[in-house]
Amino acid sequence: MFKAKVLIKRRKTILDPQGKAVEIGAKHLGLTNIKNTRIDKYIEFNIDTNNKKAAEDEVNDYCKKLLANPIMEDYEFTLSEWTPSEEEVK
Amino acid sequence: MKKPKFGVVVFPGSNCDHDTYYVLRKILDLDVIFLWHKQSSLEDCDVIILPGGFSYGDYLRTGAIARFSPIMNEIISFANNGGYVLGICNGFQILLEAGLLPGVMIRNESLNFVCKDIYLKTVNKKTVFTKSINGKNVMKVPIAHGEGNYFADENTLKELEDNNQIVFRYSERDGSITSSSNPNGSVKNIAGIINKAGNVLGMMPHPERSSDSVLGKTDGSLIFKSLVNNIFN
Repeated sequence: MFKAKVLIKRRKTILDPQGKAVEIGAKHLGLTNIKNTRIDKYIEFNIDTNNKKAAEDEVNDYCKKLLANPIMEDYEFTLSEWTPSEEEVK
Repeated sequence: MKKPKFGVVVFPGSNCDHDTYYVLRKILDLDVIFLWHKQSSLEDCDVIILPGGFSYGDYLRTGAIARFSPIMNEIISFANNGGYVLGICNGFQILLEAGLLPGVMIRNESLNFVCKDIYLKTVNKKTVFTKSINGKNVMKVPIAHGEGNYFADENTLKELEDNNQIVFRYSERDGSITSSSNPNGSVKNIAGIINKAGNVLGMMPHPERSSDSVLGKTDGSLIFKSLVNNIFN
């Protein structure tokens, strides 16, 4: 089994109103050096196969078709071998 | 005159499905049915409406999960074969995610959920959805969304303009297009666009909420009437 950790980032050319709003909070906190706050997405999941190539293909498919919108987002991921914990098996 | 049969798709989280059904059946006296998102038949409908709401709780991105509901395969083939599809609010977001219309929807510039009446300028009155709006300079139609900030890259915008695909723009009461009349930050005040073939329209404002005279405004009904008057004629 593999564990995928996916980071989905909105392209820099696309306005991130959430990041902008949060940065206003930073200014109010007195954190004057904070610039270009961007709020992106981090997604984790397991892939139930022992074939790394198959796992990669499936993650790419998942990202391209559903997790990320290729018009406005880019994604990157890491894949590591994973033994699920008892909780995850349940 | 032969009238089209309407199908209103119901996704988990749709909440304007009954309003739309009500307007078509009770106000306009048309043939309309609900289509559950898990069914695969469109039951001979001539117009498919993807209604407003929060399909799948707006999780991940608005419309991103509904786009993979079983009925969407049928709707995509239907649209690609010239079938008429109208996406309202969340329905518009689903059409963007499905790739039936270009561009994306992001969060309103103000970060607020905006629910109010706005003025809408119809900039393309030649579509089957808008031909009957002829006499009106602007329509008063409500919006209700948190993510209606339409965005597309320069090339896409140029293509939309060159092909006359921008159908509705947010405007002032007198029809002028200004930044103060833009409720959500949409590029070029875009409120609704159509595909190149002219059979798939997406719009953020809610025509079904301005179709019953009891509510004090009926401009939205012109869009449904336009479909009725022009699909088979």
